[in-house]
Amino acid sequence: MALSNVLEIPTSGFNFENVARNVALEGLLEGGQTKTPKPMKTGTTIAGLVCKEGVVLGADTRATSGEVVADKMCAKIHYISPNIYCCGAGTAADTEKTTDLLSSNLTIFSMNSGRNPRVVMAVNILQDMLFRYRGQIGASLILGGVDCNGNHLYTVGPYGSIDNVPYLAMGSGDLAALGILEDRFKPNMEMEEAKELVRDAIHSGIMSDLGSGNNIDICVITKQGVDYIRPYQESEYKDKRQKRYKYGPGTTSILTEKIVPLELEVVQETVQRMDTA
Amino acid sequence: MNTRGLRSQLKDSVPVTGMGPQVGAYGVQDTLRSGFSSVKNELLPSHALELSEKNFQLNQDKMNFSNLRNIQGLHAPLKLQMEYRAARQIQRLPFLQSSHLALDTLKGNDESISFEDILNDPAQSEMMGEPHIMVEYKLGMM
Repeated sequence: MALSNVLEIPTSGFNFENVARNVALEGLLEGGQTKTPKPMKTGTTIAGLVCKEGVVLGADTRATSGEVVADKMCAKIHYISPNIYCCGAGTAADTEKTTDLLSSNLTIFSMNSGRNPRVVMAVNILQDMLFRYRGQIGASLILGGVDCNGNHLYTVGPYGSIDNVPYLAMGSGDLAALGILEDRFKPNMEMEEAKELVRDAIHSGIMSDLGSGNNIDICVITKQGVDYIRPYQESEYKDKRQKRYKYGPGTTSILTEKIVPLELEVVQETVQRMDTA
Repeated sequence: MNTRGLRSQLKDSVPVTGMGPQVGAYGVQDTLRSGFSSVKNELLPSHALELSEKNFQLNQDKMNFSNLRNIQGLHAPLKLQMEYRAARQIQRLPFLQSSHLALDTLKGNDESISFEDILNDPAQSEMMGEPHIMVEYKLGMM
């Protein structure tokens, strides 16, 4: 469809055409009939810590949309590169897309240079991207990874602030988790002890915060490789269904049956050789 | 072919669609093409990011070039901008989709993925501009 008022090809990237419409809609809906749909937030507890052999990241698995649990088995630990993983809190779509973009960029880089990317690279790319959008992209991320310079744990805020710390918690349940971490963290912990500490931190976040719940995922990154344990611990409050909702064959009775055979005849046959050399 | 008309020079510096008053001949609001004007709509962009996104690439380039000039002298940005201008001219007619392959390679966009590559891809745009009008606009005849 050719429009006569389009004088140039539209630029790619974000499109702000609907902003005026949204503002007008919000004014109309203010009367109380309906509200604009809330984006799905991860309302979460995520934690990470640096131990002797690597980095341990942990997260819960609940995603909320307003007051409803939208996803009970949400994966909040995202893959960035073989040696870097990232936990995301905030708006679920934003964390998902941002980490996807980051992962693609780092993959292109590793293909170009033949090396595994460093954690500082990931952090800088994220920081530039999030600062450019002035916090409109609601993603608070914990990046952990092992590279040639050692084990690193960084946090990136939605406005682009970063911090390099030995232990960390983010999300709506971060205060509870941080309490546990502050109490029992020691530098250079053993792997099993570190996993238990992260589990306890996430568990306290799940218990004390409405936005976190269900299972606990743990991701252990070491020089040798990555162990993504999902779920590390299942919630004790799983609901047991009383009945099965699938209908077995024969539930609906067949009243009549009519079969119409479709006769096809071969009109033309062509053979094309495929060059598999 | 007169591609150096005043209008096309202005457009090359800040490529923007839809922003700003739609001026027709004599610098007056072009009611026939763009409807009635409302001062409120045209004064401010409605979204916090609209203005900063519109000029983002431009400001990045300016910053990089001025850094380069301070470090290496005037010749560095001059040579680079000459290459950019040459690469920018390799394109199809205004209403057709051009790949900008040389320009992307020069800018380094072939090695990174950002929201410009995913969202609102002009190749998948559902609207097409009227070819004659777009060519006339590009040539500065309108």
